[in-house]
Amino acid sequence: MEIKRDMLLEMYRRMVRIREFELAAIDLFKRGQVKGTIHAYIGQEASAVGVCMALRPGDLIAGTHRSHGHNIAKGADPKRMMAEILGKETGYCKGRGGSMHIAAFETGSLGALAVVGAGIPIAVGAALGFKMRGEDRVAVSFTGDGGSNTGNFHEGLNMASIWDLPVVFVLENNLYAVSTNIRDTAKARDLSIRAQAYDIPGVRVDGFDVLAVYEAAVEAVARARHGKGPTLLVTEAYRFEGHYAGEPEVYRSRAEVEEYRKRDPIPRFRTYLLEEGKASQDELDAIGQEIEQEIADAVTFAKESPEPDPAMALDYIYA
Amino acid sequence: MSTAERDAVSLGAVTPTMSPDVIVQVPKGVPAKEISYQEAIREALREEMLRDERVFLIGEDIGKHGGAFGVTRTLFDQFGPERVRNTPISENTIVGAATGAALVGLRPVAEIMFVDFSGLAMDQICNQAAKLRFMTGGQCRVPWVIRMAQGGGAGKSTAAQHSQSLEVWYAHVPGLKVVLPSTPYDAKGLLKAAIRDDNPVIFLEHKLLYSFRGLVPEEDYVLPLSQCDVKRGGEDVTVVASGYMVWHSMMAAQMLAEEGISVEVVDVRTISPLDEETIGRSVRKTGRAVLVAEACRSYGPTGEWGMVVIEQAFDYLQAPIVRVTGRNSPIPFADSLERGVWPDTQKVVNAIRGVMEW
Repeated sequence: MEIKRDMLLEMYRRMVRIREFELAAIDLFKRGQVKGTIHAYIGQEASAVGVCMALRPGDLIAGTHRSHGHNIAKGADPKRMMAEILGKETGYCKGRGGSMHIAAFETGSLGALAVVGAGIPIAVGAALGFKMRGEDRVAVSFTGDGGSNTGNFHEGLNMASIWDLPVVFVLENNLYAVSTNIRDTAKARDLSIRAQAYDIPGVRVDGFDVLAVYEAAVEAVARARHGKGPTLLVTEAYRFEGHYAGEPEVYRSRAEVEEYRKRDPIPRFRTYLLEEGKASQDELDAIGQEIEQEIADAVTFAKESPEPDPAMALDYIYA
Repeated sequence: MSTAERDAVSLGAVTPTMSPDVIVQVPKGVPAKEISYQEAIREALREEMLRDERVFLIGEDIGKHGGAFGVTRTLFDQFGPERVRNTPISENTIVGAATGAALVGLRPVAEIMFVDFSGLAMDQICNQAAKLRFMTGGQCRVPWVIRMAQGGGAGKSTAAQHSQSLEVWYAHVPGLKVVLPSTPYDAKGLLKAAIRDDNPVIFLEHKLLYSFRGLVPEEDYVLPLSQCDVKRGGEDVTVVASGYMVWHSMMAAQMLAEEGISVEVVDVRTISPLDEETIGRSVRKTGRAVLVAEACRSYGPTGEWGMVVIEQAFDYLQAPIVRVTGRNSPIPFADSLERGVWPDTQKVVNAIRGVMEW
């Protein structure tokens, strides 16, 4: 597949933006400036970016508790995301949601839904809405290996398949549901075979390779958009950080983490861009610096933003 | 004998005279027709589907079969499989799909056969739909309705997993509205309001009421959500009730009127958000309160209503608050055992006499 240079550079930019955003968020968390928790997406950037770059602005995504990456990949503004993580009025959710519930409807993100698998039926419904209204739009749900063991997943794939709904189910297999390895909770080694039960395509790609993810996503999205129904897209991934920032990670060895870190999707893509002559060292460095500044600005913006007014605590409960 | 009366008798209701005349809501002179509670719900669905093409139905067996209680019968033929959408047995995804469709601009009305089954959809109802608007800082709305049949009654014998009254499960979750109509007039007007409302609304239909008949206006009408309805004015004692219990309360009021006791019946036809004002105003006037609910006693609706009475009318109380409720028990199968756990007209009568003797 021939991919335009601008598109390649935008993929790189968004992957770096996710990485830098997460590092800054973890840093703030470790300084005690983020309350609650942070579920970092570091290591999985190629999955969110590969999928979201295959979407149009009007397409929708539904996320998980680990959705900073999905939101950024879909085009969310890091300033308003960081402000949300710090619980500020200028955040996307005006401080009502926090890290686990960032939604950016203006970019097509229905939001991070922090109960595992819960976004799947909602994406099915959005796709049903598109189909009923004859709209040319696609819904994507992101879930993980853990989510693929929930009833949401099986009910959702079934319902989408019987109605040929325009939805793509992205299963980011990062191997661990909190501490539990998918090998202990699923007999199948290849989770894409779960699609067979619903008679829809099941595709498995290297989740560290943004181009592989992108190409598979383009095909799945086209299929959905043309009324041919859903696809299960499994991206084989790994999270480099713990389940949450500061987690002790007693369930996996340092050696295992180091082994996976060698597959880091960002240096890998950078090498590809350089070797294929798609970008120069200077160009990529410039993108790195641009993003570094952007994230520093986001942190400043978030810190300087006002907290929500406690008198407004009951806003938005009812429409 | 009308169908409703026949049912009331065959269902073993304590009074054989529970007739639609007990509650008349359409003023004389207004063109009206007599229809059943089931027909009223169907009319609301049909009229809203004709009025607004964004409205569609989704649920199990709601197509040709017409749903577990025949409510959607004929709608499939009229509107077709796109807008009367039969689903697999997947309560959680029925609700989740309704939420997703609502988020992109449709107005789904989902049917879950029995409220007892809604536990399967609890996450989608209570963690997702109810909170989406709030936790996204007002970026979205979730305008859906979930219709569910609840409650039971002697003779229906649907036992422990098809007969519960679970309105407080949902009333405890901010973001949801919970409606429990007691008459055909209320069922139609409140369902239309629920469909037009921009929030997720849990609409609970009492199984024993489906065959009850009553007058509804010929012309289009919509009733306000979150308002109690005074079904009968009175001076001596306030009875607060909802759903089928409104009928027991009205029957009790009618019987006691012959003894010179003037009973006011407040129908909590929206359980949540609760119209505390109407309850408080009524008890400040009468000075006595009897609370009647079919749900289990502990942590049931009467606990909330009782606190509203205390907060709003404590200084006016001339007698302790008394409640008549379902027992803290799963619903048994045998008729005789059912009678042992559910409130009936006589129990309401006894409670009212009790507070009057204080």
